[in-house]
Amino acid sequence: MTEPILGVENLMKYFPIRSGLFRRVVGHVKAVDHVSFGVQEGEIFGLVGESGSGKSTVAKTIVQLYRPTAGTIRFKGRDLTGATKETMRWFRSQAQMVFQDPKSSLNPRRSIASILEDPLIVYGIGGSRRGREQMIRSLLEQVEMSGRYMYKYPSALSGGQRQRVAIARALAVHPSFLALDEPTSALDVSVQAKLINLFLGLKEELGLSYLFITHNLSLLRTIAGRAAVMYVGRIYELGPTELLFRHPIHPYTRALIAAAPVVTSEEEQIKPQQMSKEGEIPSPANPPSGCAFHPRCSVAESGCSEELPSPVEVETGHWVWCHQAGTLASAEGVSRAESGLAVVEMPGERAPLLGESGDRAEPASLG
Amino acid sequence: MTGEGTILDIRDLHVWFRVYEGLSRVLDGVSFQVQEGERVGLVGETGCGKTIAMKTVMGILKSPPAQFPQGEVFLAGHDVLKMSPMEILRMKGRTVSMIFQDPLSSLNPVFTIGQQLIDVIRYGQRWAANSGRLSRARLARAAAEALTTVRLPDAERILKLYPLELSGGMRQRALIAMALVNKPRLLIADEPGTALDVTIQAQILALLRGLVKEEHIAVLLITHDLGVVREMAERVYIMYAGQVAEEGPVTSLFDDPRHPYSQGLLASVPRLTGKLPARGIPGTVPDYTEAPPGCRFHPRCEHAMEKCAEQKPPLTEAAGQRLVACHLYSGAKE
Repeated sequence: MTEPILGVENLMKYFPIRSGLFRRVVGHVKAVDHVSFGVQEGEIFGLVGESGSGKSTVAKTIVQLYRPTAGTIRFKGRDLTGATKETMRWFRSQAQMVFQDPKSSLNPRRSIASILEDPLIVYGIGGSRRGREQMIRSLLEQVEMSGRYMYKYPSALSGGQRQRVAIARALAVHPSFLALDEPTSALDVSVQAKLINLFLGLKEELGLSYLFITHNLSLLRTIAGRAAVMYVGRIYELGPTELLFRHPIHPYTRALIAAAPVVTSEEEQIKPQQMSKEGEIPSPANPPSGCAFHPRCSVAESGCSEELPSPVEVETGHWVWCHQAGTLASAEGVSRAESGLAVVEMPGERAPLLGESGDRAEPASLG
Repeated sequence: MTGEGTILDIRDLHVWFRVYEGLSRVLDGVSFQVQEGERVGLVGETGCGKTIAMKTVMGILKSPPAQFPQGEVFLAGHDVLKMSPMEILRMKGRTVSMIFQDPLSSLNPVFTIGQQLIDVIRYGQRWAANSGRLSRARLARAAAEALTTVRLPDAERILKLYPLELSGGMRQRALIAMALVNKPRLLIADEPGTALDVTIQAQILALLRGLVKEEHIAVLLITHDLGVVREMAERVYIMYAGQVAEEGPVTSLFDDPRHPYSQGLLASVPRLTGKLPARGIPGTVPDYTEAPPGCRFHPRCEHAMEKCAEQKPPLTEAAGQRLVACHLYSGAKE
């Protein structure tokens, strides 16, 4: 099995809650708790979840905007924990991020050219001023924008164009990996469609790998090869997207897919049977014990509120963190005999890091 | 002149704005109807004029800068464009009420949910024909009841809370309670639940759908989210650049759109089945100060003919209980 371009193991990010006169730490928001996954070269790995699930924190921690509380992040075989300054500089040019709202991620007082020139100057790309100008033109071309936008300001651009500039800025340093945090959710669907196609084109053209964060299930299904479903800081289901949607096992995954607003009758028919009831998303500062979904789950048993579920591989490359995974999987017709696999229970917090888009990949750990 | 069961009837509405660059002709002859108890979606992308249409109905467009050179807006049989500010005030919250996308910014942060809800109830009472003033206890009870109908547990406690103390879903519920407490005949919902998470949004939409069905309240749903429209509405109008492009029953229109714009729009939506979105629609929404003549979609349309730039296509009947404003269909019926 090839080593993933990005390997995340037992990643944790806790934010302290301070209170009182001396700002004492009275608790922690466990924004990301024991999260492990790998992104293969050339893959689009999706992270899906609702607000407070920690999906954006995962991305920000990976690109080192946050310092992880614990856990390891390996990029192209190099461990980033306690890495040297040079390694980090290399890493920052390799891994870039595109944020949801291009209005707030672009400085309104600087021209497009000056926004795009920054990374070139920092990394000494393009040489002379003239060379950089050439580079900026070709970057804009890469995101299908005309060079005449160079001297405009973000306010003169539409939402879609601004996001293109943000993408061009990320591409300026020739990265091999992009963390895309809801890059199209602020845009109209016809504009979103153009950007999605741009992302797919760039991936092929430049050999990029993406971590694609979204709350849009349909979008996840269409673009991600594999995906993880997060809820209150943890991953509850992970696998090839096709399998996640064909056989969603975890009641939360089912709830998400069933709630997805769809436009055609065909999509309505593939929605799974729900196994949850109405409820609110718990606060990550005070998550329910055991499986965080148990208060909303209709198949929860007493054990669910006491113990965290261990990962179970219900079919090749498809992992579920649920105490009822075995029962739910057979009810769903995911027969282990069919896939020729036994249900493997993995001990404790050890989590699977998976191989190429699900086929024949054996669960293995990194490092 | 309105039909018996028509709560909202907009006819050939034009709305213009005098701006620095010239005259911005935003709405260009928009017509649509909502029957009593019917749930209708008005869909379009940013800048298509759906919010302007909604603001006109609510009588909250300032004139100037807005101009209404042509058209009528009948709400429960009366033309809003001819109403005095007092008449408009009387109708708000009673004939028509509204919920917005972001519940936090439409609630006042310094008053409790109870105070705000009671204000709304009092406001409704003020115009009611036969009512004396309600006692404080009666008002509080009515407020608690209103919260119970939107399935907020522990209503008494929530009445004492401030908007910031509620979750997004609870705020949206409280807002729905306020919008429905005076039993309006038409509810205008502007992107309801769009700011919420999907599972919470689904709960809110299901709740809203149940309540309006029960009370026989008509809904005009204004959104860019086609999925939400399918979830909520029976009939839909697709708007593009200040014109209605297509109208029809939601399911049949979404499964088989006819207007080239509707087709491009629907094809852009990623599907749960995994079908990749098409390449989007080429070009961008026009500038309203120099909107294209004829069909405003023609510069972006791959089927555009000479006629399209000259003549605005009328809404014509097409198969599948459809009205389509496109010269491709304006010849003979299919």
